[in-house]
Amino acid sequence: MPRLIANFAGCRFTPLVGIEMNSDLPALSIKGLTKAYDNGFQALKGVDLAVMPGDFFALLGPNGAGKSTIIGIISSLVRKTTGSVAVFGHDIDKDFPRAKKDVGVVPQEFNFNQFEKVFDIVVTQAGYYGLPRKLAEQRAEKYLRRLGLWDKQDQRSRMLSGGMKRRLMIARALVHEPRLLILDEPTAGVDIELRRSLWDFLREINEQGTTIILTTHYLEEAESLCRRIAIIDQGLITQNTTTRELLAQLDKEVFVIDTREALTACPQLEGYTTELIDSHSFEVVVVKGQSLNDLFVPLTAQGIHVSSLRNKANRLEELFLSLVNGGPGQASTAQSTSAVQEVGQ
Amino acid sequence: MSAREQWIAFMTLMVKEIRRFTRIWQQTLLPPAITIALYFVIFGTLIGPRIGSMSGFTYMEFVVPGLIMLAVITNSFGNVVSSFFGSKFAGNIEELLVSPTPNYIILSGYVLGGVTRGLTVGFIVTLLSLFFTKLQIQHLGVTIGVVIMTSVLFSLAGLINAVFAKNFDDISIIPTFVLTPLTYLGGVFYSVSLLPEFWQKVSLLNPVLYMVNAFRYGLLGVSDIDVTWAFLMLSLVIAGLFFFAMHLLKNGKNLRS
Repeated sequence: MPRLIANFAGCRFTPLVGIEMNSDLPALSIKGLTKAYDNGFQALKGVDLAVMPGDFFALLGPNGAGKSTIIGIISSLVRKTTGSVAVFGHDIDKDFPRAKKDVGVVPQEFNFNQFEKVFDIVVTQAGYYGLPRKLAEQRAEKYLRRLGLWDKQDQRSRMLSGGMKRRLMIARALVHEPRLLILDEPTAGVDIELRRSLWDFLREINEQGTTIILTTHYLEEAESLCRRIAIIDQGLITQNTTTRELLAQLDKEVFVIDTREALTACPQLEGYTTELIDSHSFEVVVVKGQSLNDLFVPLTAQGIHVSSLRNKANRLEELFLSLVNGGPGQASTAQSTSAVQEVGQ
Repeated sequence: MSAREQWIAFMTLMVKEIRRFTRIWQQTLLPPAITIALYFVIFGTLIGPRIGSMSGFTYMEFVVPGLIMLAVITNSFGNVVSSFFGSKFAGNIEELLVSPTPNYIILSGYVLGGVTRGLTVGFIVTLLSLFFTKLQIQHLGVTIGVVIMTSVLFSLAGLINAVFAKNFDDISIIPTFVLTPLTYLGGVFYSVSLLPEFWQKVSLLNPVLYMVNAFRYGLLGVSDIDVTWAFLMLSLVIAGLFFFAMHLLKNGKNLRS
């Protein structure tokens, strides 16, 4: 694994050559997008979204909210009902082949031929984009090396581990060097170390010019990586703002405080709601405007020494759950905790 | 996509298709060769002499063109239906669908893959037939034209079957209940002139009869039907299937939701 991280770090991403770079045009422009499936399910109810070039954008939403439907429409696997979608100004109704050239998609499910070799999968995909064989082989080597898969190039893809398969799909999506990379839950089911490596890799290609849109259930991932976040719920975009502004909406946070001494009762702190968890920890609700500093004076006065302090849940998770459960402040902490587990499944 | 890029995409798909059936040659090339060789032994060598002549030829000479066509038809169809449905089932058809590759290139790539397998098996069967009889070609152009067009036709049909198929049963129903009866009753093993007049007329509704007889005409110079009709029928059916397959790909039937 250290080798993998070494492979990810320090490599330079070749700037795209021969493609017009008009920063005025959104990388992705979606207007009034609706989708009704044949069974009558209305997956999208009028989505408007713009992602600017160079952005690192998260599309969040509960299961069935419409995230994968949007990605499916952009990649042509799902037919839209009404509305328009343009990639770097290329409307998918008027010039889908041109729009497709600018998009690389990493789907949620493994969708490569399990009997083909790793190298062949990437080279074949390059061929479908019209890349000459020699260039396709060079690109395949470049991305397989960068994603730590070069020594697996001759292996049948079914022999790869889950994390390797996910990296193979990223290499495949990048082989034609798209300007817009869309990842549908790219780190689902991968271990923490690999997840961090993939984050570094995605940050790097974003810094070098690739616009990235990702959906994820790991809200920590969105908070850590993305500059902008849109939240989709029941087929409608309910939030679309910067990560910083979104987090500023958080009106309360729950902290868990571990104590050095055993607690016989829950500490009482004026102006704060507290709850005993066990003999060495309790939780405290800090609402917007309150300071953490004010906690320590009364605790010290009560002879309680704090050994550690942490957020009970990821900050964005708290906010996300409150937003998709009827607006900020509507969801209780207990509701949030149970729903976190549901979203994270 | 530019013309060059489309050519690269086409070659990529076609080479991938050829690699697929050559990689699993034990499943794709060997079984039809063995099956047809058994037909040669049983119908040609063991039973054939008791049957006597058919259309002025020994039964072995008569049955060889039909068995070559049988191999070409089943393998052209089988290659495309299994490859396309396999890709659809496993999800890797999405590799093609998300790319800018035009639909006619997708169709052509799969069809050419099916034609290559059909003709490869046809060639192997032809070589095997040399152990049992002498090969004669009366009309080279007709022979090549009919075998290629037949292979194209059934490759297209295989792709259409694969588009409609939703499970593995669906890709065996057409070969079992449509393709095999049409082929076996299409003059592979007998001349339709042996049939009562009514069944002769019914047989004329079978498109495989035209293909087998036109191919037999190319090799032996005899046919139960007019070869011109065979080419006309082949051309019309190929055109119909091509446009239907293009329509299915454009609409994304069972491919895009």
